[in-house]
Amino acid sequence: AMDTDLSSQDRKDLDKFIKFFALKTVQVIVQARLGEKICTRSSSSPTGSDWFNLAIKDIPEVTHEAKKALAGQLPAVGRSMCVEISLKTSEGDSMELEIWCLEMNEKCDKEIKVSYTVYNRLSLLLKSLLAITRVTPAYRLSRKQGHEYVILYRIYFGEVQLSGLGEGFQTVRVGTVGTPVGTITLSCAYRINLAFMSNRQFERTPPIMGIIIDHFVDRPYPSSSPMHPCNYRAGEDNGAVYPSVEDSQEVCTTSFSTSPPSQCVFTVTKAHFQTPPPVVTDTLKVPVMGLAFSHQLSSSRLSCQPAALGVGSADMGYPVLFAGGLNAAHPHQLIGPGKEGGVPPVPSQPAHGTQADQERMCTPLDGGHYSAATPSSSEDTETVSNSSEGKCGSPHDLLETIFIRKVGAFVNKPINQVTMANLDIPFAMFAPKNVELEDNDPMVNPPDSPETESPLQGSLHSEGSSGSSTGNTHDDFVMIDFKPAFSKDDILPMDLGTFYREFQNPPQLSSLSIDIGAQSMAEDLDSLPEKLAVHEKNVKEFDAFVETLQ
Amino acid sequence: RTRCCGPTRAGPAMNCRAEVLEVSVEARQVEEAMLAVLHTVLLHRSTGKFHYKKEGTYSIGTVGTQDVDCDFIDFAYVRVSSEELDRALRKAVGEFKDALRSSGSDGMGQISLEFYQKKKSRWPFSDECIPWELWTIKVNVVNLANEQERQICREKVGEKLCEKIINIVEVMNRHEYLPKMPTQSEVDNVFDTSLKDVQPYLYKISYQITDTLGTSVTTTMRRLIKDTLAL
Repeated sequence: AMDTDLSSQDRKDLDKFIKFFALKTVQVIVQARLGEKICTRSSSSPTGSDWFNLAIKDIPEVTHEAKKALAGQLPAVGRSMCVEISLKTSEGDSMELEIWCLEMNEKCDKEIKVSYTVYNRLSLLLKSLLAITRVTPAYRLSRKQGHEYVILYRIYFGEVQLSGLGEGFQTVRVGTVGTPVGTITLSCAYRINLAFMSNRQFERTPPIMGIIIDHFVDRPYPSSSPMHPCNYRAGEDNGAVYPSVEDSQEVCTTSFSTSPPSQCVFTVTKAHFQTPPPVVTDTLKVPVMGLAFSHQLSSSRLSCQPAALGVGSADMGYPVLFAGGLNAAHPHQLIGPGKEGGVPPVPSQPAHGTQADQERMCTPLDGGHYSAATPSSSEDTETVSNSSEGKCGSPHDLLETIFIRKVGAFVNKPINQVTMANLDIPFAMFAPKNVELEDNDPMVNPPDSPETESPLQGSLHSEGSSGSSTGNTHDDFVMIDFKPAFSKDDILPMDLGTFYREFQNPPQLSSLSIDIGAQSMAEDLDSLPEKLAVHEKNVKEFDAFVETLQ
Repeated sequence: RTRCCGPTRAGPAMNCRAEVLEVSVEARQVEEAMLAVLHTVLLHRSTGKFHYKKEGTYSIGTVGTQDVDCDFIDFAYVRVSSEELDRALRKAVGEFKDALRSSGSDGMGQISLEFYQKKKSRWPFSDECIPWELWTIKVNVVNLANEQERQICREKVGEKLCEKIINIVEVMNRHEYLPKMPTQSEVDNVFDTSLKDVQPYLYKISYQITDTLGTSVTTTMRRLIKDTLAL
């Protein structure tokens, strides 16, 4: 008759098996996310050190982390060992991809032989784990890591937390092994949204921001265990993991481009916006998507004031730029004025809030084999808006935004007539002080100046408008412009960023403005019969023309 | 070394567990898809080499593993680190692929991996082979018109194979019948001990090509891998 209780030897063996099984499980998972092909040799003579008769290498740091997480305990009911695999982009956003769970439930198999059956089944389970780790979506992602993102792992012990995986995550069971003290279960819960993201997306440069941000979840449980990159090898160049943060203060892209770390953007929540004071009465207020201020758009009626804007001036406050090109999921972005007129200091950290808990990217343990993955700044989680608000005055000032716009933005004036202050372009005063002649700028290939006025100019010049351009008493908004990346210096400091912004919200056609619109409509109707008569007269010509097209 | 027995006794009646997988692939993907499945099964059905010691105990060698990337499929799998085993599987799959190609039919066929145990019989009867697990992979070869379709096929087949791997692992996890661990005298009735670094359960690979009417045209060709290795 078999003793229903486990013999002490069996118990000791079982505990040891479970412990080493847990350690090997972690090794298999992390190694499968290193981004490289794994290869170990078979050996016909038993070496005695290969647990479960499988050649699985032990990466020391990984064992260390696993032991730390386990803290001398074993998986038991309610105490699961979890290996969390996540992805972190070069901009500092991260996303949980998978949670591998080693759990124990209460279902016991008293009859099973520990030293033999349990051991062999644990070995089989590890083989299954080797196979399954290659078929979840994260595997292919991890093989492509290094340039735009890295794969991190984190081990924790306790309750399984699946909330970071997004909606609709899938589960795959790797296997179970019954033991006299409970049934060991190994499974993986993985995010499936990735399944719709072709791996090729990660081969292009961003934007991947929009996707990442959607999945970004504040961790409900600030974890105490740090994240580590899966690729651990020292000395090797694992590929440039992150682009270096530029400290040049000259480069400051406008917010419609996707945001590299050097971009001077400040994230401010909607709550800070108030409605701006109404400006010119005969302009149309066009509500701008997402933001609560009105962007005063009208043709020529935009007033222009080359105000002497310096940072911290009470009039100026904190300018706001709306860029329609942004992914709607982006937090609203501001461009700070910076300390000197025009060019803001580039913050030393990426503006996007990263998650609150510790996330160590490069923690060399026991001799440091982690690649230096991030500039230390990415750990800083406070949004830059906190700091920038302090610089730039009260939130009230946010609304003293002045849109400066002069008539004739494309007029090609000789350069010596152009001064910063009265240039017919927005943000003139924030353009760099030294406007170089195009000859000096090797990148410049200036377009021919338009002979005729562009249609837009036409609308800018509609009736009686030119007068108001000198009025300049109505300060609507100012948009601060900085040199967008890769744009060129023209004769006019009308650069790509300015152009884009300007013409993304074109002035309303005068015919669309209500008061004028009705008028012109009436006029149109009146003139119709006349026009029709003319067309009728020329019908033959038109027909001939149509013939030529066929 | 005794030659293996003749044809295996009929399957289902003998308590042989049978699993069927189906894949649709392009002609150039046949080999990699078959290897992926067969290697995954054999990963679970191979142990380290047994070393018997006195008093009936034995120690087990170590099984190494390695990642294999597919060239024609967006897929990777793990196989046992054994060149002999890989060669044997490639040979069988290569023959299957050739037979598929030359059959001229719609490109349908199936390849089977059967695990069996030998049961010794008295003379003049040959030893019996009793299967205990049978894996059948049904293959449907598709022809694609353009590069875009081929690219989609790469991904789709990759996803399908991921599902197959999960299916295989599910079966393995049921912990159903496995032959008893043999004594030293019986080991060759349970395991293929001919390889130098690993020890799979005794297995054989066979295949059939189906003609357009769905009937089996060519006779089942039985290859005993042990024999081919011995050549």
